[in-house]
Amino acid sequence: MSDKPKGDQPASDRKWKYIGTRPIRHDGLDKVTGRAQFGADYALPGMLWGKVLRSPHAHARIRGIDVSAALALDGVKAVITGRDFPDVASEAAEGGEGANDFGDLAMNVIAREKALYHGHAVAAVAATTAKIAEEACKRIVVDYEVLKPVLSLDAALAANAPILHESARATGHEPLPKGPSNVASRREMGRGDIAKGFSDADVVVEREFRTPMVHQGYIEPHAVLARTGQDGRSVVWCCTQGAFMVRAYSAKVLGLSTDMIKVIPTEIGGGFGGKTTVYGEPLAILLSRKAGRPVKFVMSREEVFRASGPTSGTHIRVKMGATRDGKLTAAEAVLYYEAGAFKGSPVGAAMMTVFAPYKLANVRIEGWDVVLNKPKVAAYRAPGAPMAALVVETVMDELAEKLGLDPIDLRLENAVHEGVQATYGPKFRAIGFVETLRAAKSHPHYKAPLGVNQGRGVACGFWFNAGMSSSANVSINEDGSAVVVTGNPDIGGSRASLALMAAEELGIPVENVRPVVADTEAIGYTDLTGGSRVTFATGMAVIEAARDVVRQLRARAAQIWSVELDAVAWEDGRALLLSEAPGVHEPLSLAQLAGRAAQTGGPLVGRAALNARGAGPGFATHLCDVEVDRETGAVTVLRYTAVQDAGKAIHPSYVEGQYQGGVAQGIGWALNEEYIFDENGAMENAGFLDYRMPVASDLPMIDTVIVEVPNPMHPYGVRGVGETPIVPPLAAVANAVQRAARVKLSELPISPPRLLEAIDRAV
Amino acid sequence: MKIHVHTRVNGEATEFLCAPDRSLLEILRDELQLTGTKEGCSTGDCGACSVMLDGRLVCSCLVLAPEVEGRSIETIEGVAKGDQIHVLQRKFLEHAALQCGICTPGFIIAAKALLERNPDPSEEETRYWLAGNLCRCTGYDKIIHAVLDAAADLRGETR
Repeated sequence: MSDKPKGDQPASDRKWKYIGTRPIRHDGLDKVTGRAQFGADYALPGMLWGKVLRSPHAHARIRGIDVSAALALDGVKAVITGRDFPDVASEAAEGGEGANDFGDLAMNVIAREKALYHGHAVAAVAATTAKIAEEACKRIVVDYEVLKPVLSLDAALAANAPILHESARATGHEPLPKGPSNVASRREMGRGDIAKGFSDADVVVEREFRTPMVHQGYIEPHAVLARTGQDGRSVVWCCTQGAFMVRAYSAKVLGLSTDMIKVIPTEIGGGFGGKTTVYGEPLAILLSRKAGRPVKFVMSREEVFRASGPTSGTHIRVKMGATRDGKLTAAEAVLYYEAGAFKGSPVGAAMMTVFAPYKLANVRIEGWDVVLNKPKVAAYRAPGAPMAALVVETVMDELAEKLGLDPIDLRLENAVHEGVQATYGPKFRAIGFVETLRAAKSHPHYKAPLGVNQGRGVACGFWFNAGMSSSANVSINEDGSAVVVTGNPDIGGSRASLALMAAEELGIPVENVRPVVADTEAIGYTDLTGGSRVTFATGMAVIEAARDVVRQLRARAAQIWSVELDAVAWEDGRALLLSEAPGVHEPLSLAQLAGRAAQTGGPLVGRAALNARGAGPGFATHLCDVEVDRETGAVTVLRYTAVQDAGKAIHPSYVEGQYQGGVAQGIGWALNEEYIFDENGAMENAGFLDYRMPVASDLPMIDTVIVEVPNPMHPYGVRGVGETPIVPPLAAVANAVQRAARVKLSELPISPPRLLEAIDRAV
Repeated sequence: MKIHVHTRVNGEATEFLCAPDRSLLEILRDELQLTGTKEGCSTGDCGACSVMLDGRLVCSCLVLAPEVEGRSIETIEGVAKGDQIHVLQRKFLEHAALQCGICTPGFIIAAKALLERNPDPSEEETRYWLAGNLCRCTGYDKIIHAVLDAAADLRGETR
């Protein structure tokens, strides 16, 4: 046997021992018994409570802030405003998810000259009790010059619109607005000749949709606890998708060097992209420096809605043409995305994903990033893609109807596959889109009969998935059990999938592998938990680290047996002497080798640090049945099936869970969820009662089909699975409603009054 | 002014001092260090803070702490008995019915209350009973399966 690990054979040919099984997650017991510690569960002696004073205006110039009355209050230990923070230059922020700029980030953390949305932080207080901190906030006097807020895309783009950032200029492709505007960027991309493409079409369909801002809706509010020593070094406990991101971003906002901050990630109660930036962390650090005591901040649910990042409201137009036999000839999309108060909506990703599932020679895509007086958007699961897919997939459905084709057949006719040049540039390697379409078509769901006022929707979705940087250590305990250390907060079972990969390489039961999420000083740099990257990229690092330690184990056995390394194989957790090698030796188990580690060279520790390339794109096809009540406009989701290519499902239960969770969020987005603002820009439904996320009684069981077309760029064939599931549901639901109610929709959410209007229009 | 409150928490006599406007949730988490009960909204909409109060399922964020005088509280920390976890806890693990896990304690408390009342709930009854508990990760599918499976197990059946 060569030094080459056996895992280098194609993933599809490999016989798996642990991969694909469904062990109980290692952190599960703590989470079902209440022992697991999430962001708000930490406390320290002498701890102070932090509270943020937020702007009651969506757009206002801050002429002055008087904090003296707050400071005079008994129990108040520190008060900070924008003046306490350094000016931070504009610079692209790496390591997050989505477009961020450090200059903007700093101003989003705490307002300087202007408050740019209702809820924008203006000052922060640390006091001995939460109540005193709250009272102190009330005593801070802010002198506002109230400005007219900009609250819609149309208002932002109007000729005489109030301007959020007077000195900013639009970037991108001409024609661009001259002088100050609320356009952050306007970009175009495409290929071929769309005029010719549309003239070749027998049928052309054009649709437009408006979708509102929606929130990720994680159940755990943002929470942080910061402690700073006399040496100025801070330790931060917080619930985040990326401890290294919190360290880098907080250091930038505070003008500190990276080594001054250590971030310990707590358990995280959901994020979906919403915890890929900082809000209270820099405030808590600065307050703890000023007060010389630990400071804890926990956002209220209302603050989460008003002042953390939802995803963009949009206005999207899509036009597509096809021949009589169903071949797409041309496609055009114009996408306007709300960025919130600072530039950086996910319109770029939307442009790249909008037509990605289809073979298209003639394409034109135009994308606008527009600022307005709403909270700055943050990443939300496949950022930008679901809204774009909504419009493309409703157009595809209408094309199928007009052409008299089965909606899956139309998609099969045009589906991308290996070797096709994606509309966003690269050539696809092995992908499983066609396989998801075929699996959906042959699923019993697709043939099930429908009743009166019922309809079935089909929709597809695509997400790139990310690679990026990850580190991993795999160390062998004295008894032959193992510890896997990585730097990715476990948001949905990733500890189990990483332990499974280590178990597979080491050849020991997954229960004997302990997966650990380390802080920023206990593991090498690791990008955040996002982009569906952890099982793919950090998994790759774990596999490499495990192979590193297996190489060491084989070397120890070779040393004991006085043979060459090449004469020793590793199988089922044991070192074996290859039969052609001289001499006879009983195999040495991992436990035996671990027990002799000290005598054979010391501890056994494997390590890997990599920037993972070749994240495999994820494709999905969803089926949704709904029933429409034509009297009330209510929509009931009767049945839902999500089919998606996982490459290789490491722990199938958590893959299914990702599909099901994405579907539920997508159904909420389609039917209920929206930010509602009053005319002054205050969110009117900043609570779970009025911002209506799906509850158990709103949903049916969500059936899943895991398609496995191995990603050739991952040793086990893994591709990310977390984000693609939220891309198709908006369109799957909309298409089902349109067929059930025989209406044309142009706006989300498909709430009862809106559907009733559409029904009235149609008759 | 602080009120001296005497109560039982997970079977143990417990007392605490609190201002009259403090919620039971705040006392459990900040005074008694029982942080297994979670805060998701503090408006009674998410169910993450579910506890049993004299055998009745309540959102602890909507109960004023002085109200628990002389009463008995069960939190997630009291569900497992010694080294024996409750069948619901086991089924949540087996069915992978949690992803991030923040809503899990509330779901287990609420589901336990359901099964104590109705040992053989239908899927629909289970969905409506748990409609006061928000989960944003799972789409509820595996949670419902776990609860129905736990109910079957408690009835001595295998599903």
